Amino acid sequence: MAQVAIGLVNGAFYAMLSLGLSVIFGMLNVINFAHGAQYMMGAFAAWLLLGFLEVPFWASLVLAPLIVGLFGVVLERVLLKRLYHLDHLYGFLLTFGLSLVIEGLFRWQWGSSGAPYPAPITGATDLGFMMMPTYRLFIVVAALVICLATWYAIERTRLGAYLRAATENPTLVRAFGINVPRLITITYGVGVGLAALAGVLAAPIQQVSALMGTNLVLVVFAVVVIGGMGSILGSVVTGFGLGLIEGLTKLYYPPASNTVIFVVMAIVLLVKPAGLFGQTK
Amino acid sequence: MKPSHIALVIALAAALVAPFVAYPVFLMTALCFALFAGAFNLLLGYAGLMSFGHAMFFGMAAYFFGHAVKVWELPPEIGILLGVLGAAAIGLVTGALAIRRQGIYFAMITLAFAQMIYFLCVQMPFTHGEDGIQGIARRPLLGGLLPITDDRVLYYVVLAIFLFGYFCIYRFIHSPFGQVLKAIRDNEPRAVSLGYEADRYKLLAFVLSAALAGLAGATKAMVLQFATLTDVSASQSGEVVLMALVGGLGTITGPIVGAFIIITMQNYLASFGEFVLVIQGAIFVVIVMAFRKGLVGEIADWWKARRKAG
Repeated sequence: MAQVAIGLVNGAFYAMLSLGLSVIFGMLNVINFAHGAQYMMGAFAAWLLLGFLEVPFWASLVLAPLIVGLFGVVLERVLLKRLYHLDHLYGFLLTFGLSLVIEGLFRWQWGSSGAPYPAPITGATDLGFMMMPTYRLFIVVAALVICLATWYAIERTRLGAYLRAATENPTLVRAFGINVPRLITITYGVGVGLAALAGVLAAPIQQVSALMGTNLVLVVFAVVVIGGMGSILGSVVTGFGLGLIEGLTKLYYPPASNTVIFVVMAIVLLVKPAGLFGQTK
Repeated sequence: MKPSHIALVIALAAALVAPFVAYPVFLMTALCFALFAGAFNLLLGYAGLMSFGHAMFFGMAAYFFGHAVKVWELPPEIGILLGVLGAAAIGLVTGALAIRRQGIYFAMITLAFAQMIYFLCVQMPFTHGEDGIQGIARRPLLGGLLPITDDRVLYYVVLAIFLFGYFCIYRFIHSPFGQVLKAIRDNEPRAVSLGYEADRYKLLAFVLSAALAGLAGATKAMVLQFATLTDVSASQSGEVVLMALVGGLGTITGPIVGAFIIITMQNYLASFGEFVLVIQGAIFVVIVMAFRKGLVGEIADWWKARRKAG
C-alpha cells in the first residue's frame, strides 16, 4: 500500500506538470521544455525565501509561484513572443536552450547535491486501510484542488472564455477589442506559475537540487503523449493513473518501474495514436 | 571546375594533412560527431522529422561495439557492423511508433524513448551501469593487416568511415527517394494523394538516420575506447541538435561545421566545468532568436545576395 501512496503522490506531480504544459501549449502552441527548470526554480525560490527571509512554507506557496511566474512573463515578452509565426520546433528549441542555461546557473551556484527543506506538516494520518504521512496526503489533495481550480478558471470564468475563444480564432477575438497578446503573456505566466507551485510542493519531500526537474520533465512528456493535450480532465486522469501504475510496478516488478511509463506510451501509440484524450488535428 | 568542386578538393586535401598539424584524437572525435550530426540532419532537414532522441542510436551502437570487441573478442569491423545493425533495429521499432504522431509530438516521443533506453542502460548488466564499458582494445583491422594502435593510422580509417557515411547521406538526398522525402516534408497530403506511402518513406529515412548515427557511435567507441551513459543521455541528444543548428539545418556541410565548432568549444571550455552547459544553452537561444539558418545557411544567403547585387 505504501507504494500505491507514493504512486499517487508522483501522479499528483505528473498531473500538475502536464496540466501546465497543456495550458501553455493550447494558447501559445509551444511545448515548454523549460517546465522542469521552472519547477526546480519554484522549489529553489521556496528554499531561498526560507533561508534568507525566513518566509514560512505557506507564504512561499503563494510567493514562489508569483516570482517564477513573473520570470516567465519576462521570458515570454522578451523571447518567446518573437517565435509564434514560426514552426513549433523553434519554441521547443528555445525553451530547451533556456532550461540548459537555468539549470546550469543553479548548478554552478549551488552544486548538484540537494538541500533539505523542512516538512511543514509532520505526522501521519490513518486512512482506515493504511497509514499515510499527512504531508503526502496534503500534496494529493492540493494537486486535485489546483487542477479543479484551473478547470474552473478556464471553463467557467469570463477570462477563461476569452482564452478559449482566442485559442480558436485569435484574429476575431482581437477584433472584439480583447488584448490577445496580453492574454498569451498571462497564460504563459500562469503555466509557469503552476510548474513553480508543483516545485514548492515537492521541496519538502525531495532534495531541492538543480537537477530535480530534468528527468521529471522527460517523464511528463511521455504522460502528455499518452493523455493528449486536449483536455484538463485528461491531464489529471492520465497523471494520477500513470503515477499509480508506476507505484504498482515498483511493488510487483521493481526493475521496470523507471521504464513502465514509456512502455505504456508505446502501447498507446500502437492502439490509439492520438492519445487517450486527444483529438486528431 | 565549379567553385563547389574546388572547395571539396581543398577540404579533402586539408583532411589528409590534418593529423600532422592537429591532435588526431580531437580530429577523430570531431569527425564522429560530424557524421552523427549529418545523420540527424538527414532526418530533420530532408524529411522534416525532428528527433530529440538520437543519442539512443549513437550510444547503443557504442555499447554494442564495446561488448562485441571486449567481451566477445570480435574484430572491430564486425563490432562496427553490429553497432550499425543494432542501431538500425532500435530505429525500426522506435521509428514505427514515433511516426504515428506528427510535428512536435514526434520530438517528444523520440525524446521519451531515448530516456527509456537511458534507464535501461543504467540497469542492464552488459552496459555496466555508471562505469560503462571501459578499455576497449584497439584490435587490428582486416584480419591483422591494419594495426590501429597508432592514432594517425586510425585517423585515416575514421576519415574513410566518415567519407563513406557522408557519401551515403549525399546519395540519399540526391536520389529519387530523397526527392520524395522532400515532397512529403513540404506537403504530406499532396504526396499521399500522388500515391506515395508517406509513412514508409519516413520510416526508411528514420532507420537510415539511426543506422548512420550508429556508425558514428560505434566509430567513436573504437577511437576513444569506451562507451558510457553519457553517450545515450538526453544531453547528448541535445548536443547533436545544437551542432546541426549552429552549422545550419538542412544544409549538407552545416552539420560538419557545427560539429567542429562545438567540439572545439568543448575542448577549450573544459576548465569551466558546469558552465559549459550554460554557454551551450545560451548559444541555442541566440541562434534560435537571431540566426535560424545557422552559419552555413547565413553565409549561403549572403553569397546569393551579393551575386544578385553584383
